[in-house]
Amino acid sequence: MRAPLSWLREYVEVPASESGRDVAARLIAAGLEVETVEQTGAGLTGPLVVGRVLAIEELTGFKKPIRYCQVDVGRGPEDPQNIVCGATNFAVGDNVVVVLPGAVLPGGFEISARKTYGHVSEGMICSERELGMGEDHDGIMVLPPEAEVGADAIELLELVDEVLDIAVTPDRGYCLSMRGLARETATAYGVPLRDPALLDVAAPNAHGYTVEVADPLGCDRFTARTVSGLRPGAVSPIWLKRRLQKAGMRPVSLPVDITNYVMLELGQPLHAYDRHRVEGPIGVRGARSGEKLTTLDGVARVLDPEDLVITDDRGPIGLAGVMGGAHTEIADGDGGAAQRTTDVVIEAAHFDQVRVARTARRHKLSSEASRRFERGVDPEAAAAAAQRTVDLLVLLAGGTVEPGVTEVRTPSGPRTIRMAADHPDRVAGVGYGRETVVRRLQQVGCDVYGDVGPSALEGGERSTEGPEELTVTVPSWRPDLTDPNDLAEEVIRLEGYENLPATLPRPLPGRGLTERQRLHRRVGRALAGAGYVEAPSYPFVGEAVFDQLGLEPGDARRRTVQLVNPLSDEEPGLRTTLLPGLLGALRRNDGRGSHDLALFETGLVFLPTGAETAAERLPVTQRPTDEQVASLDSALPEQPRHVAVVLAGARERAGWWGGGRPADWADAIEAARTVAAEAGVELTLVSGRYVPWHPGRCAALHVEIDGSRTLAGHAGELHPRALKALGLPPRTCVMELDLDLVERAGAGAMRAPHVSTFPVATQDVALVVDASVPAAEVESALRAGAGELLESLRLFDVFTGEQLGAGRKSLAYALRFRAFDRTLKAEEASGARDAAVAEAVERTGAVLRGA
Amino acid sequence: MSAPNKSYDPVEVEALKPEEIDRATEEALAAVAAAGDLEALREVKVAHAGDRSPLALANREIGALPPHAKAEAGKRVGQARGAVGKALKARQEELERERDERVLVEEAVDVTLPYDRRPAGARHPLTTLSERIEDVFVAMGYEVAEGPEVEAEWLNFDALNLGPDHPARTMQDTFFVRGQAGSPREEDSGVVLRTHTSPVQIRSLLARELPVYVICPGRVYRTDELDATHTPVFGQVELLAIDEGLTMADLRGTLDHMVRALFGEGLGTRLRPSYFPFTEPSAEMDMVCFVCRGASVGDPDNPCRTCSSEGWIELGGCGMVNPRVLTACGVDPERYSGFAFGFGIERMLMFRHNVEDMRDMVEGDVRFTRPFGMEI
Repeated sequence: MRAPLSWLREYVEVPASESGRDVAARLIAAGLEVETVEQTGAGLTGPLVVGRVLAIEELTGFKKPIRYCQVDVGRGPEDPQNIVCGATNFAVGDNVVVVLPGAVLPGGFEISARKTYGHVSEGMICSERELGMGEDHDGIMVLPPEAEVGADAIELLELVDEVLDIAVTPDRGYCLSMRGLARETATAYGVPLRDPALLDVAAPNAHGYTVEVADPLGCDRFTARTVSGLRPGAVSPIWLKRRLQKAGMRPVSLPVDITNYVMLELGQPLHAYDRHRVEGPIGVRGARSGEKLTTLDGVARVLDPEDLVITDDRGPIGLAGVMGGAHTEIADGDGGAAQRTTDVVIEAAHFDQVRVARTARRHKLSSEASRRFERGVDPEAAAAAAQRTVDLLVLLAGGTVEPGVTEVRTPSGPRTIRMAADHPDRVAGVGYGRETVVRRLQQVGCDVYGDVGPSALEGGERSTEGPEELTVTVPSWRPDLTDPNDLAEEVIRLEGYENLPATLPRPLPGRGLTERQRLHRRVGRALAGAGYVEAPSYPFVGEAVFDQLGLEPGDARRRTVQLVNPLSDEEPGLRTTLLPGLLGALRRNDGRGSHDLALFETGLVFLPTGAETAAERLPVTQRPTDEQVASLDSALPEQPRHVAVVLAGARERAGWWGGGRPADWADAIEAARTVAAEAGVELTLVSGRYVPWHPGRCAALHVEIDGSRTLAGHAGELHPRALKALGLPPRTCVMELDLDLVERAGAGAMRAPHVSTFPVATQDVALVVDASVPAAEVESALRAGAGELLESLRLFDVFTGEQLGAGRKSLAYALRFRAFDRTLKAEEASGARDAAVAEAVERTGAVLRGA
Repeated sequence: MSAPNKSYDPVEVEALKPEEIDRATEEALAAVAAAGDLEALREVKVAHAGDRSPLALANREIGALPPHAKAEAGKRVGQARGAVGKALKARQEELERERDERVLVEEAVDVTLPYDRRPAGARHPLTTLSERIEDVFVAMGYEVAEGPEVEAEWLNFDALNLGPDHPARTMQDTFFVRGQAGSPREEDSGVVLRTHTSPVQIRSLLARELPVYVICPGRVYRTDELDATHTPVFGQVELLAIDEGLTMADLRGTLDHMVRALFGEGLGTRLRPSYFPFTEPSAEMDMVCFVCRGASVGDPDNPCRTCSSEGWIELGGCGMVNPRVLTACGVDPERYSGFAFGFGIERMLMFRHNVEDMRDMVEGDVRFTRPFGMEI
């Protein structure tokens, strides 16, 4: 809502010294979101005068028509001003706005006499845009004939003003009017309000235009007035146009301008019907299925039975509270005398908030009217708004009011709220006291009656102990006030949020982060410590990326949670794996010139269960049962937290220290171990074949949960086909792990190792096995065979070569033996080693090298 | 060693003559001083302090002296050998020091050589900023609560007093999740991508015992296209405190505390009346600009980029939890009250760390993230 300060001052005596910014600060403190204070005509200085065009000489030989004009600017026809002008939309005898040399137009445009198109131009004839009045640049502005030649146009056109632009929150519909803003301003300054709705309103009678309301809940008020004999060619006076312009509306025609003006003034949307185009009584009813209406914006709309429509004998003539129909539109002068509207029926009605909101949303049609009805319009202002419109039509268009006044209303009582007198105090934590509470509520427009609390009455005699109850009748323009807390807010905001003290509550001692939350933090730190950069990505995916990854048609990861309204139709699903997003980030970085990359992400993936039910719309008047909450959960997909890494380029760079090392499959697997270690979990690795990994370079990662081995993820190098399809660097490696499973496999509290201080006995063994034998199997055999004396075991070399024979490999291990109670004898250590080797021979067919 | 000689003449033992001893000593000391390096000194040591050195030989002769002369000769030789040994040791240390200095100089390196063998990793600043905020409240006794991102509409909207006709529940704002294909509610499954972390507040009220003091960080979704100031996926932190007797003054004190903990002592907050369905009264919260502290207001010569010379920075929304929300969660609004607030992490990261473009925070460019390190 754009509120010109000059207009606001008409209803509130704001001290003359107060600027727009001052008023804005007061309104902000009162809870209105004043976004800007616009200075119209800023930097404008005269002379700017009304001139009358005396003569026009058309200059030829230029690229565009140029006029050399003589204009009387108040010194009389004998001493005209010579002005060159490029516009052609005016004629001899027209009144125009002339800016004279020495003046400065908005934007610092200084005017001086200068030679142009072969003549000296002593000033300029102005367009609206040049004066900062509006965006119209169709041509220069022609003033009404009654404008006095030589008069100061700055004053006449009210060019210098301040306009407050206010974003109105949904609860404050009444502030979409000057009346509502004036009320807030008056309260903020503690001065009286001159309420523009307090008019001499004609009483309803039975002679008015017939209105039949078939849906009294959808429309609880309908006032109709008729004005006839509108003067053809009557135009809006300057003041009216200027107020509309400053409020951000385009002047259209006098009757439309008047209805818009009254809407801005009182907040009541109005509609003017051409009486001769309406056939029979006006009706209000729900639309019939399949009914059609072409609205004023020229769009033909198919109506929904939930739409509330205004009708005449032929059918719908308007979408109630949203937009009128094109057919009954009042016609401006352009249409020729035959079509020109002379008689109008004025509608000032009140429609149901929700019905209007739904219709506006259904038809994607937000209008000035629907915006107001959605937020709440004062039903008691309808009659006054109709009266005001009628008065202006008589005054400005020379119309005649017909005596009939139609008013259809659904009876309703005033709305009251009972509230403990100290409720605002308890909400705010401030002792305002009863008197302040009552005064503030009255300023809002409430009627407040004190009442002795129930506990005082029960005793049969007056007691000062009982909390006093207030019965608060809320004003008709505040449908948002329904609960005691709404009233508390009114009191607190008018007393000033800035005056609230600051205190600190004392929560019960908390338990800190949960183990799960600590784990998530540790995993992030551990991966970052290992050189990975966190790159959270969007979860939106489509079939294309699954194709690029090479997932089979039936792959479970292709079954995604689907969005009804995705941002992109290409990506209608939610991720089932972190890889698409993370690989996208890798590619983006690579494309931007960072080639040595290690990225990670932890986040939710969304796995349809296939058994999702639609979620119930539970009531909100009581707590749902545990079963109901469970039913909501069963409508949701599984949402486990995953962790993933991607690597490409060098893991260690080459430099003055020596050579570098490319990232490889082993780094990806090590990242999985790093994550698992943070949960105290040891991963079991087996060679895996899983898209999109390289079939020979993929580890399936398992954890043990409740005694059973569970697949938790994969790590290794990506399949070359996926690399190519996704445009990724060669040898890109990835790891993805279900972090929730790792967490569940967690070992709990760490048990401290027992450290022996006896000397260590080291034994190295090299075992030759078939190339297909996994090192993990050899290692577990060695461990099993070595027994308790084995402290640690480390594979320090893997060797293949001709001397071993094709398809063979040598694994060299360092075994460290140590006892807790003695220094081991050489025979004990070698005995344990032999036992270890024997077990490896037994299990894996290993041959001790050099034996 | 020679056998004791009973028939001796001390005058005859040439080597033990004082002048001989003095001469040998002087020669030894001169040789030590003349030794130019450790190798030369080793030779000097053999020649003048070794088994075959004059003083060692002289020492051997002492036994041949008559008892009355032994003491004096022994003392003389002993002092001489001591002096030589001391000189040797001193020279040894001196030469070693010289050698070490020379070698260490030779081993010197260019310590300014750059080292980026393994590029550092980093956590995303949105993650670490969220954790930092969580830590402020955990220190006060709050607990961190989390919940699903695909959420039931009842938890995301209805329970929060966002009725079926609330404008936020439109395709313009909310991602709706498709129901089972072919089911009557395929387009109306009652499931959405959560638009705020408020459903976690509802879940907390349903699941926890009162009083409840929780902080709810997490990812949320709105149907905005990505541009310099919008992102469809963003981080939020919300707070909920429900207890007996909580007031708006408590809300304000809590906000003040958070702002001071995150941005520095002495900073204040401002509440401006506003409207949210889930709080009543509601407010927008601003904090004093932590950069200019308001000094840039009305001072065009010293503009503040952080607050656009407004003096205040918008943080987010807050208010007293609407009693209707408590009712929907089975909490007695006659007995309990509380407050809530929420704000976007991206915005806070933008003004706290001068991030100019939203896209920098969502594209995962390592050049943006790496400098933030492990904590923020």
